[in-house]
Amino acid sequence: MDLVQLQRQLVEYRTSLYHEGFLDEQFTQLQELQDENNPEFVVEVVTLFFEDSERLLNELTKALEQQNIDFNRVDAHVHQLKGSSSSIGAQRVQKVCIAFRNYCEEQNVEGCLKCLQQVKNEYSLVRTKLKSMFQLEQQILTAGGSIPM
Amino acid sequence: MAVAGEVLPSGSQELHVLAVDDSHVDRKVIEKLLKISSCKVTAVESGTRALQFLGLDGGKGSLGFNSFKVNLIMTDYSMPGMTGYELLKKIKQSSAFREIPVVIMSSENVLTRIDRCLEEGAEEFLVKPVKLSDVKRLKDCIMRGEKEENGGRRVHKRKFEDDSHPPSSTPTSPSTPLASPSLTAAPFACDIATSELLSSPLHSSKRAKLRNSD
Repeated sequence: MDLVQLQRQLVEYRTSLYHEGFLDEQFTQLQELQDENNPEFVVEVVTLFFEDSERLLNELTKALEQQNIDFNRVDAHVHQLKGSSSSIGAQRVQKVCIAFRNYCEEQNVEGCLKCLQQVKNEYSLVRTKLKSMFQLEQQILTAGGSIPM
Repeated sequence: MAVAGEVLPSGSQELHVLAVDDSHVDRKVIEKLLKISSCKVTAVESGTRALQFLGLDGGKGSLGFNSFKVNLIMTDYSMPGMTGYELLKKIKQSSAFREIPVVIMSSENVLTRIDRCLEEGAEEFLVKPVKLSDVKRLKDCIMRGEKEENGGRRVHKRKFEDDSHPPSSTPTSPSTPLASPSLTAAPFACDIATSELLSSPLHSSKRAKLRNSD
């Protein structure tokens, strides 16, 4: 595939991510902060998000496996996940977190477990998509092109 | 205007901001926002660390070193251990640091929370995610404030708002009585309601920037 095709593919892919609600305006904000001084900024922030999320999802799984669930603890983790997903514009993850927190407040175990599964799915999806997007970007850069905005 | 008193670090106009947030992602983002806005940044992960940096934890810390002078503190509200609100209180209780503007950041725009923070002396309450425009606006505000501090006595926070409207300037508000000599001659006399009407850009900084809530 030639450079122009790659660039077009990237733009289409990125647009679809916004269209399908995987990413929101906050992600655009992050891209706008990236410059020649720090050309890896977005990748770095997103990598931190991946690390944070994986840790939090593990904690959440453990917390919800307990005999006596500490809903405050669960809520605290979800709050953090909601915060970081919001900071990078991972809109679908953020939305599930909102529902998740409501179930925590109600101390609804089933609701929480359902949300945990949902948030894991959404996280997995956005992670895959962002990685694909970064790969496309890398291909463009390797081919000597620039990333279209 | 001759500069008296505290000088900004290394004689430059660079603001030194202390950012406090337990989220690694948010620390990285705020750091970038501030660097892009030509600010020097120290990012720490907790209120405790922030107090340590300021030297408020009982240790000598960095007290007395001009290069560590902090011009603005931006802190997350919800943090484990010490919350941003508790940190705000500690700073405002300290004679050495109470003049430093403190901005609270939170993903939740709860009115009672916002009021509480503003009442305790927070400069502004920003709803996350924080945008570049928020940081730019803040920076302008603080820079103006620093100039006031260097050029004249900054006795009370409210006075600094009034100082931005010296007697010789044209009134920004259509209501002429506000520009009357009696008001400007005794700025302390104006109450909150009157100063709100002056629609100074500084006043908008007192308002919490509300976004679409969850």
